[in-house]
Amino acid sequence: MTKKQRKFSDRKEKKTEVKMGEFKVHRVRFFDYMPTAIRAMAFNSRTERLALARADGALEIFNFADNYFQEKVIPGQDGRAVEALCWVGQRLFSAGLNGEITEYDLENLRPRYTVEAYGGPIWTISSNSHGTLLAVGCEDGTVKMFEILEERIQFQRNLDRQKGRIISLSWHPSGTLIAAGMMDMIRIFDAETGRATHRLLVERGVGASKSKEVVVWSIVFLSDHTIVSGDSAGKVQIWDGVTGTLVRTHLVTKWDVLALSVSKDESSLVAGTSEGTVVQFQFISSTVDQQDKEWVRTRTFKNHSHDVRALAHTETAVVSGGMDTQLVVRPLLEKVEKNTQESALRKMTLPHRSLVCCAKKAGLLLFQFPDHLELWRLGESDGHGKPGDSLPVKRKPEKLIQLKRKGEDHICCSALSPCGGWLAYSTVTSFRLYRLQNNNISVTKVSKLPKDLRWAHQLCFSPDSSKLFASSSHSSVIVIALNQPECKYLHTLKPKSGSRQPVHLLFASEDGKWLATANADCEIHVYNLDKLKLHCTVPVYSSCPTAIAIHPTTSNLVAVHADQQIFEFSLVQKEYTEWSRKLQKQGLHSLWLERDTPITRVAFNPKNPAHIILHDMFMFCIIDQSLPLPEAKTPFYNQITLRSLPEPQRLVHSHAFKICKNFQHLMCVSLLEDHSLVVVERPLLNIMSQLPAPVRQKKFAT
Amino acid sequence: MAALYEGYTLCGLAPAQNLLSSGIQGVEAERDSDHVVVTDSTRSVTLYKVSDQKPLSSWTVKQGQTLTCSAVYNSQTKEYVAVSDGKVIRIWKEEEILLDKAFKATVSSDVCRVHCVAGGEPVVLFQRGAVRLLDSLLSAPQQPIEEVLAQEEVIRWSTNIVTESQQVVIFTTEQKGDHFLYLQRLNPNTLQRYRLEREDPGLSPLSFSASCKDRHIRLLYLYPNGHVYQSLVPVRGLGADEGAQALLMPRSLLLALPIGEGLLEAASAQVLDDAHVAVVGVPHPSAGAGKDFLCIWNTNFQTLQAGKEMAGKVYGQLWRYSNKLFIPHGKTLSVIPYEWPKSSLASALGKLRQAKTEESKAPTSVPSWNNILHEEKAHPSRTVETRKTRTNRKSQSAPSLTNDHILELIKTAPVEEVQKKVEVLLSRTDVQGLQPSVGQLASTLVSRSLDDPAFYTPSSLAQLVHTRCLCHSVCPDLVLLALERKDYFLCQLCLQFFPDIPEAVTCACLKAFISMSDVDAEKVSVEPDSVSFMESLMARERGPRGLQNGFSPASTEVDRSDGLGVGGTRAEDKEKASTPTEQICPVGLHKAVLLNEILQTAYSDSFLLPHLKDLSSQHVLLFLQYLQFLYLKYSQDAFPQMHGLRSPSLTQIMDWVCLLLDAHFTVLVMTPEAKGLLLNLHSFVKSQVRLVSELGKIEGSLQELNKMKVKKDVGQYSIEVIELF
Repeated sequence: MTKKQRKFSDRKEKKTEVKMGEFKVHRVRFFDYMPTAIRAMAFNSRTERLALARADGALEIFNFADNYFQEKVIPGQDGRAVEALCWVGQRLFSAGLNGEITEYDLENLRPRYTVEAYGGPIWTISSNSHGTLLAVGCEDGTVKMFEILEERIQFQRNLDRQKGRIISLSWHPSGTLIAAGMMDMIRIFDAETGRATHRLLVERGVGASKSKEVVVWSIVFLSDHTIVSGDSAGKVQIWDGVTGTLVRTHLVTKWDVLALSVSKDESSLVAGTSEGTVVQFQFISSTVDQQDKEWVRTRTFKNHSHDVRALAHTETAVVSGGMDTQLVVRPLLEKVEKNTQESALRKMTLPHRSLVCCAKKAGLLLFQFPDHLELWRLGESDGHGKPGDSLPVKRKPEKLIQLKRKGEDHICCSALSPCGGWLAYSTVTSFRLYRLQNNNISVTKVSKLPKDLRWAHQLCFSPDSSKLFASSSHSSVIVIALNQPECKYLHTLKPKSGSRQPVHLLFASEDGKWLATANADCEIHVYNLDKLKLHCTVPVYSSCPTAIAIHPTTSNLVAVHADQQIFEFSLVQKEYTEWSRKLQKQGLHSLWLERDTPITRVAFNPKNPAHIILHDMFMFCIIDQSLPLPEAKTPFYNQITLRSLPEPQRLVHSHAFKICKNFQHLMCVSLLEDHSLVVVERPLLNIMSQLPAPVRQKKFAT
Repeated sequence: MAALYEGYTLCGLAPAQNLLSSGIQGVEAERDSDHVVVTDSTRSVTLYKVSDQKPLSSWTVKQGQTLTCSAVYNSQTKEYVAVSDGKVIRIWKEEEILLDKAFKATVSSDVCRVHCVAGGEPVVLFQRGAVRLLDSLLSAPQQPIEEVLAQEEVIRWSTNIVTESQQVVIFTTEQKGDHFLYLQRLNPNTLQRYRLEREDPGLSPLSFSASCKDRHIRLLYLYPNGHVYQSLVPVRGLGADEGAQALLMPRSLLLALPIGEGLLEAASAQVLDDAHVAVVGVPHPSAGAGKDFLCIWNTNFQTLQAGKEMAGKVYGQLWRYSNKLFIPHGKTLSVIPYEWPKSSLASALGKLRQAKTEESKAPTSVPSWNNILHEEKAHPSRTVETRKTRTNRKSQSAPSLTNDHILELIKTAPVEEVQKKVEVLLSRTDVQGLQPSVGQLASTLVSRSLDDPAFYTPSSLAQLVHTRCLCHSVCPDLVLLALERKDYFLCQLCLQFFPDIPEAVTCACLKAFISMSDVDAEKVSVEPDSVSFMESLMARERGPRGLQNGFSPASTEVDRSDGLGVGGTRAEDKEKASTPTEQICPVGLHKAVLLNEILQTAYSDSFLLPHLKDLSSQHVLLFLQYLQFLYLKYSQDAFPQMHGLRSPSLTQIMDWVCLLLDAHFTVLVMTPEAKGLLLNLHSFVKSQVRLVSELGKIEGSLQELNKMKVKKDVGQYSIEVIELF
């Protein structure tokens, strides 16, 4: 071989080497995650929190002040059907068809207590504006009043019992009157005496539905004594509450008007229908220069394919949800500045926390469902291909275990150890740990568990699978040593801040030295695991962290927040890194900030320490810290341009954010030990296709 | 062209319950071509006089007995021979009434068929393959009969052919899916066995038909896949080792019939002559899926010569005696007379000149396709063939005689009489059958008219053209004659109905039409359909004006039809019109109608172009103006060829514009009057080009869209390679 030849063959060899930015991707679509329908909603305008109840009894709290981040999730429970939600100050109450009123512990993400109302199924719950009384409407025709005490609620009395169930309730802002929607009629009660003062008869539908009772699904009592009702005949009716006369009827749908919500200033009202539309009414003068105003139907929004069951009218937007499981925030354009992030329509479908756990070393995936866990082994391929290719799958992915939960509480968190040998999950009442063996075919429950570990908000295994971290009440973290015969309690890590909020993120560093936690108070604490002591607290940022991770070699903590900001904090120096400062100084690209789903995972590429891998619902991104940050005018999504450029020119045009949008509706992007990526997709179309047919469902009492 | 005449019913049938068999065992010839013996599948034999559709006598075996083969007529002894219950041979004469009392002989083995053809002795074919002359069999009825066939070998079909020298019994057998042909020569007796080539996928022949030609037996057989094969077997034996082994019989594919969906079930093919095959139970290629057709195919040209749908189911049975086909269908046995003139290239292409009747009566003067192809072979048979045709002609039924009569008449009789006779002839007979004679009639009429300036029969000619049996090549002088006599109505009809008008003639018509004055044109009677189309087109032109004056468009139309005769004044009216010139039709209504007819004729550019150059520039200009008018009308009003009226298409108009410009461009450029027109046309072209380019762009982007949408379907799991830069 001549020299020249050898040189040539050297070059050839180099070419076959895998390039820096090339990844083998396991594209997983077999996670059949199915969100459940939205049943009820309550918006707390003071704290700007939206409480949302789903059909499986789960509750979600969204922080509208912080980019609509899904701050808290209270898992559901079999048999708990929440029919209505109600905020009293910062306290959240729900009532359901099981006949119970529940108050929730929003710090420990569980029901605080339940009170039996003894009136059959409860259809509605409503508190007076002073926050002293809670009224519930029951199947047996009674409106029951509960006094709200410091720690509990106490039954006070019944209002005049009616024939027929109470479907909807609304207090007059003064607190003296309550309007109740029933079958075929509306009743107005005097809240003090409990006497029914007015009876408003609601007309039935025409034609075949004439024989059917009309259900007043929703009612709103305005301060000017106007009552607005929405009923199963498709009408929105305006009544005069003083005289008890009908003022105006708006027929808005052929089907049902299921929900009503009025803005705080009572100038705008929205009605949700079975057709998936939301109809807006505004209290305006119908002709210019006229003083007397009336309710005029103004706009119709169609953002849902199915029933709109729940509505909230915030200061600037209409929030709606229903059978199609999506939470839609539709800004009212006259209330927001045009062409800003605030004016964009938002749809929230996938949860803002991870339901997928990936065992890097073992190539296993753990999928969390409310009532079971699925453990899958990824497929294999020995082929090589050039970018864009699909490789032949040599071994298909395999479902190894389907683990059904015990008890009636739904699973709130789960974790799989990186080696694939341990599996843990927790509900609000119980914690379970399993040992997986024999190539993961056998599952043994670890029966001897430390007493301190009864439940957890979040679970995390150490990278060497020797420890388990479980976040507990008041942001504390319990550390457990995993040993074959029994598991030993080691320590409880507590922050100095004394925060009572739950920890929603946990991350243990690769070297086993650090553990980082993030809680709903936006605090990030880092513990030294050698000393089992708090190492430092990252300066609190106003937005809630959505993903945190510690770099395996540099020990820098990367935190991404709900407002899309990225920070890098050096744990050694206990200060923000140079890169982080530079990023803050220059500012993130506007297109990065405009994304409307939070980053839910941060990972690192051991092959290239400068790489940070992030993902949200619609993209995943590799931030190359060695490359310049994109300027405001730089084309941000530049991968296609770069591909078309010859190699030498690429470097000139590339910037730190390498964004890949090939995969959509991501639930997890994770890097395996063999440097291949695992991408778990849940295409929205697949979710849509599993919904029932979008015609009106036959409902109880219609 | 071969033709099938209207059939008539010979007798009713009693088909089997499942309609699988017709209930007829066989139809055999009797003493002459007008008598047949029909044997039904149970007990009776009936003698019919065909032309009278009448049974002459009938014989029945006793209850409990059945006839197992069709009865035959021995013309030498004037006796009928039939077999009952397999072994009992019965022989009787016509005057015997009771079959039971007739002669009976019981033989020792089961008989398959008895065959008897004119000029031959009756032959008995036994089921096990042995063959005996009837006489020798009857001399010792109980004589032992040898087994010729192997076990499980079954006779499927048999026939008997008498050549000059020899009588041959031919039968085919089937054994485990293989088919064999046996040739049993009598006196001296030799047996030759042939094996038929297999037809994939394991199909069995549906029918056989044999004929004798040039000392060869020509066997024709039809398979369920529509293939008709022909095999030639020498009548004379091959040599000493005959019968030792089954030779493979060479075959050639004669026809591949279209069979539509599925395989044929009940079908049959019968040889008519060298070039014609009658096929029953095969779908008509242009009549959908039904299989109940009787068709005559020309095997030389692979063309369908005649077809007839049979009412009710056909059973795949078909017999032919002299010029009649016997076909059971539904619940009747029909007789269908047919005729097939000698197949020739000229007639196949429709170019057979039959202007002179003497010529047509001597068919040998027309070069026969057969003669060209098999010249040396054809010689000995020629005499036979001509004799056959002559007998055919003689036996032809009444209409053709009248034809000849009328042809004679045309040459001498006055106009009125000729017209009357032709009318009568056309109204009397069905047109299909007339096809050959219509050409003769028209040619004779035309040649008389050409010879005799005083003689002209426009209505008869129009009637003949209306039959649609004529074409230009049959009667090439017709259009020119019409032009000469200024019979533009006939011209229009010819342009409309003739598919093969030469470009020169088209151009001559165009010249005549365009040079005709509008006043003359309005006097011409034209076909009403196309008039109403032009009227509606022009009504649009005037519609708004009529409304302005308080007239509805309908009333203008009434006005027009009333004033057909005073077209001239209206033409002047038109000239006063204030609408832009392009919007006014530059020619009168009837002229426009005639020009439209020209636009719709078929032509080929290169042949038309030289003739177009003969037009004067004035005429070209006028024609172009008219075309422009049409184009504008079409493109403005989005005026498609509405209400199914005959009207030129937009492409036809554009093609003519292009042709005219091609032919006369230099002249037009020099003509000052043409300048505006050319500019207008130029602007059309420009706008068209722009439109097309825009459409192209849209197409391009739509295609891109299409490409984008073809996203590969990602399954539940895949391993992909991506690269980030």
